[in-house]
Amino acid sequence: MTRLPVIELRDATKAYPGGVHALRGVNLTVAEGELLAVVGPSGSGKSTMLNVMGTLDRPTSGTVKVAGYDVSELSDARLSALRARHIGFVFQHFHLAAGRDAVDNVADGLLYAGVPLKERRARARQALAGVRLDHRFAHTPNELSGGEKQRVAIARALVGEPRLLLADEPTGALDTASGEIVMELLHELNASGTTVCVITHDHAIADSLPRRVRFKDGEIVSDSRSTPLTGDARR
Amino acid sequence: MNNDPKNDPKSTDRPSDLKPSRLTPGDILRVGAVGLVARRARVVLSALGIAIGIATMVAVVGLSESSRADLMARLDRLGTNLLTAEADDDGTGRPVKLPKNAVAMVERIGPVRHATATADVDARVRRSALVPEERTAGVTTQAARLDLLSALGGEVAKGGWLTEAGERLPTTVLGAVAADRLGITRTGETIMMNDVRVVVVGILEPIELVPTLDRVALVGFPAAERYFGFDGHPTTVFERSTDASVEDVRAVLARSINPGSQAGIKVSRPSDALAAKAATDEGLTTLMLGLGAVALLVGGVGVANTMVISVLERRQEIGLRRSLGATRGAIRLQFLTESLLLSGLGGVTGALLGATATYGFARAQGWTTVVPPWALAGGLAATLLIGVLAGLYPAIRASRLHPTVALHAA
Ligand SMILES: Nc1ncnc2c1ncn2[C@@H]1O[C@H](COP(=O)(O)OP(=O)(O)OP(=O)(O)O)[C@@H](O)[C@H]1O
Ligand SMILES: [Mg+2]
Repeated sequence: MTRLPVIELRDATKAYPGGVHALRGVNLTVAEGELLAVVGPSGSGKSTMLNVMGTLDRPTSGTVKVAGYDVSELSDARLSALRARHIGFVFQHFHLAAGRDAVDNVADGLLYAGVPLKERRARARQALAGVRLDHRFAHTPNELSGGEKQRVAIARALVGEPRLLLADEPTGALDTASGEIVMELLHELNASGTTVCVITHDHAIADSLPRRVRFKDGEIVSDSRSTPLTGDARR
Repeated sequence: MNNDPKNDPKSTDRPSDLKPSRLTPGDILRVGAVGLVARRARVVLSALGIAIGIATMVAVVGLSESSRADLMARLDRLGTNLLTAEADDDGTGRPVKLPKNAVAMVERIGPVRHATATADVDARVRRSALVPEERTAGVTTQAARLDLLSALGGEVAKGGWLTEAGERLPTTVLGAVAADRLGITRTGETIMMNDVRVVVVGILEPIELVPTLDRVALVGFPAAERYFGFDGHPTTVFERSTDASVEDVRAVLARSINPGSQAGIKVSRPSDALAAKAATDEGLTTLMLGLGAVALLVGGVGVANTMVISVLERRQEIGLRRSLGATRGAIRLQFLTESLLLSGLGGVTGALLGATATYGFARAQGWTTVVPPWALAGGLAATLLIGVLAGLYPAIRASRLHPTVALHAA
């Protein structure tokens, strides 16, 4: 089965000022519809690679293609538009806007994609229902549990129906039960066709995903796939 | 356009399709207000500086305009065509006497429509015979012609004006201040002028054009001659001419009254004193405007400070927005809008405060309130300018934050 690549990294390197080589020639292709875990010790370059994949950062050298676009050919404004339409992010620390309710937080996921306010809110409610938070529409972040906050953040990432969802330790700040719900949601999202890339320190989570990419010192040291599961078995 | 991104990426998505969407004006305002709603106390405090500055400037302009409008209305009502010719000394210290027929001579000047006169009378005024002669209560006696009141546009507060019969009798009409100093509140009471008991038949309202008349007790010319040994020479001649010929009349007035020695005659225009008051107020107005401008400047620095802090505190929000697809321009616009809203809030509050203060003060003074639209428009323009100046640097800094750096700190 030949599926189109959503992400292609070719000899991607990233050097920070001060001589830190966070990525040292990374080659990685992620195909449409994949669900992969990125694992590795702290400081090995996982977040750096995720930022490069998400076009928040540019590689020092090498080529990065996201959704078919060569990132080096796009201006900052076009990269922003690419993120607005095709990429969703989930962060370890949620990054929700304090004082604004769940619906408004999620609706902001569509703000920069040119969707009118009413539609943004309507789709935000749908997305919140999708993460099973339809009883928390009017709650502000400090009225939500950590797990609920992360579900709001996931709803914000998926409300724009991105082709690619990038999650940097989405369960890192959550207890096991909340983490399981979050992973369940990511599985569901993947089942509906979205490519999902998850950084995790949790071995159990990593082992439950069909593909695992292991990092060490800015390089991929292993890239393993489980025997493909059927869609039914994945649930 | 229904672009399901999961279908056929290569053929539909060309770089040219990746045009960043523009925010609608409503969204720009909403996003700009997000940061303000979350930090109300700080917003109020930093808008306060602007508000004080704008309020000061609007109130200063409003009050000076209201007072000027009132002055103009008064001048309009009182007329600026009144000239006085007063007996002075002749330069060597000897007092000059106006001729007895001065009024008639002034009336002979072409454009003069009306002339009348008063004269100093040597009669000491006391409240009663029990008060020693030396204590005169600061009230002097003047003789007045019957047409004086109408020529000056004066009004009687109580009782009546001198009559044909009354001007020959020991009766007097008191100026407002004179009545006050003598403690007379009703007509019919008597006062002493030298040793003559005189009946108060009227009390005047203050005479705006000639306030010196407020402090005198007026008697008729005939009565002054009969009871107080007055020689019949007027001291001050008042005349009204057509508005256009005031300067012409002024040029010939002294000469007409006393062709021989015009040196000892002082000609003046009482309305000039009122007009001069408007000019002296202007200096104060400028000073207050300067103070308002300083307050405004300090307010602007406050807004800039708030914005810089706001950007520092909201690095994560900025990173998040960038990850959601905000362009640098959108971030810049957000913080610029926030700064504009902040200073605009101060400006509108200040304009309202200033207008209210003007209204309150003008009412207390009995003026009609004048808040010139240009002052409000100027205040608003200053506010917007400050908003842009104060917000530009923080907004540019915010837009230059690298998204990953902004997201970094937890
Ligand atoms: N902005 C930066 N400037 C300089 N060095 C950086 C910057 N960001 C990351 N690094 C360095 O790059 C290396 C890789 O960092 P990265 O955040 O990608 O690690 P990570 O694998 O995500 O680690 P963790 O699991 O702890 O999150 C680290 O050595 C880090 O110190
Ligand atoms: Mg990391």
